Amino acid sequence: MFDAIQNPTLPPCPGVGYKAQHYRDIMDHPGPLGWLEVHAENYMGDGGRPIAQLRHLAERFPISVHGVGLSIGGEGALDGDHLARLKHLISWLNPASFSEHLAWSTHDSHFYNDLLPLPYTTQTLDRVASHINQVQDTIGRPMLLENPSSYLAFTESTMSETDFLHALTRRTGCGLLLDVNNVFVSATNLKTSPQAYIDAFPLAAVGEIHLGGHDEDEDETGAPLLIDSHGKAVVDPVWSLLDYTLAKCGPKPLLIEWDTDVPEWTVLSEEIARADRALAMVAS
Amino acid sequence: MTVTQAAFKAAMLDPMSAVPTGILNPDGKPASKRFDVYRNNVAVGLSDALEAAFPVVRKLVGDEFFRAMAGVYLRQHPPKTPLMMFYGDAMPGFLARFKPTQSFSYLPDIARIELAMRHAYHAADAAPIAAEALTALAPDALMGVRLRIAPATHVVSSNYPIHAIYRANTEPSAPKPVMRPEAVMIARKGFDPTLHPINGAAANCIAALKDGATLGQTIASADDSLDLGAVLGLLLAQGAVTEIY
Repeated sequence: MFDAIQNPTLPPCPGVGYKAQHYRDIMDHPGPLGWLEVHAENYMGDGGRPIAQLRHLAERFPISVHGVGLSIGGEGALDGDHLARLKHLISWLNPASFSEHLAWSTHDSHFYNDLLPLPYTTQTLDRVASHINQVQDTIGRPMLLENPSSYLAFTESTMSETDFLHALTRRTGCGLLLDVNNVFVSATNLKTSPQAYIDAFPLAAVGEIHLGGHDEDEDETGAPLLIDSHGKAVVDPVWSLLDYTLAKCGPKPLLIEWDTDVPEWTVLSEEIARADRALAMVAS
Repeated sequence: MTVTQAAFKAAMLDPMSAVPTGILNPDGKPASKRFDVYRNNVAVGLSDALEAAFPVVRKLVGDEFFRAMAGVYLRQHPPKTPLMMFYGDAMPGFLARFKPTQSFSYLPDIARIELAMRHAYHAADAAPIAAEALTALAPDALMGVRLRIAPATHVVSSNYPIHAIYRANTEPSAPKPVMRPEAVMIARKGFDPTLHPINGAAANCIAALKDGATLGQTIASADDSLDLGAVLGLLLAQGAVTEIY
């Protein structure tokens, strides 16, 4: 078991999801940028430019490694080969943080490259807790688990997502990565209150916050259907929800995620500056 | 009602199938358009990865055709690992069997080049030896040695003009391909893989060296179109020899 609060290693300032096209800008004009997040799987090759760049970046910035492929919510056993690759990455890079998702992506040895949902039951709780313990034992440190974007509900769920996450932190000692955009997307899609979700969230376990953009659509009944796309600027209601959250939990490492239709550095810089102002407001 | 991940996955990959019972929208109604988010994410995510991996194949068959073909490929060959940078390893065999591309006989070899470029980009770094280490050896000693070839080095041989076709689709004023067999070596000096035209005998020689043959053995099994000096010169110039053993 690990203590999630021990080792708060990412600084409580803005970070950004690293994209190779911004390498020079980040090195030359970081502004208030205090740390970087990389997707674990992109750095699991044997060598070449990606690994060399990451080594350079790590000399300058604290790095958060964010996995998208462990399938922690999967029904099957975790992929031993993938765990070994993760262990190797964590051991040579020694990042400030490692995080993954409350989701599944692999079934019967096939990986579907998406974060797929799971129902919240005592059975899935047991399974996810055991997978988290296995990950933490493998990498020798606590991990953060991220709340998903939800589009639909399972009739079999017997507990709320926040209760499920709270139980996981108690049983595994893991910390949480609170994605405020995901909270807004899920609450809109499931017709619940995003503030009530934050109120019920175990904020003491939060080691990092994510902010990103989403797409807007409608379902067949005309109800809004928001889709987590990481392809746009963060919208104002999500910034407001961030302020609401920070007022309750204080400054946290705060990541701007922009993974598709990635803009010029100047556009990302504006998002980073706004994240910095939101943090400054709550720090003062 | 338990929704197994097997049922979820099956419905996700088949847009014509019903959404599994037990998945609802917040009003308690069947959540078909909401389930489509996952169908779409998976298909688009995997298609995008294939487009990124095979830009030349895509250019040769056209965007629309490639997109439709990717939809078939991703259902027949979903990724086996979460390393999306290597997704598409089964593409050459798929292109050879897929009815609409069977007449493009050179396509599988173009896909092999694109896969090799990908693998070369992510291959382990390896420090090359100095050319003198090899040229200093006496001819007899030379024939008995083996060369460790850098992991980023690959060869592709074809009955078709694959180098010319590749160039014609990646360089603005490349010459028009002429029908003939061609082979290429992919190597990485620094961080960017490069493509080098070689003949079939050179390709066989480099493949044999990678497998641990001595220089003498590669000559013994080659015909007289092998210019060993030229092959070694190319390997050394591209930093592809990392050890003499």
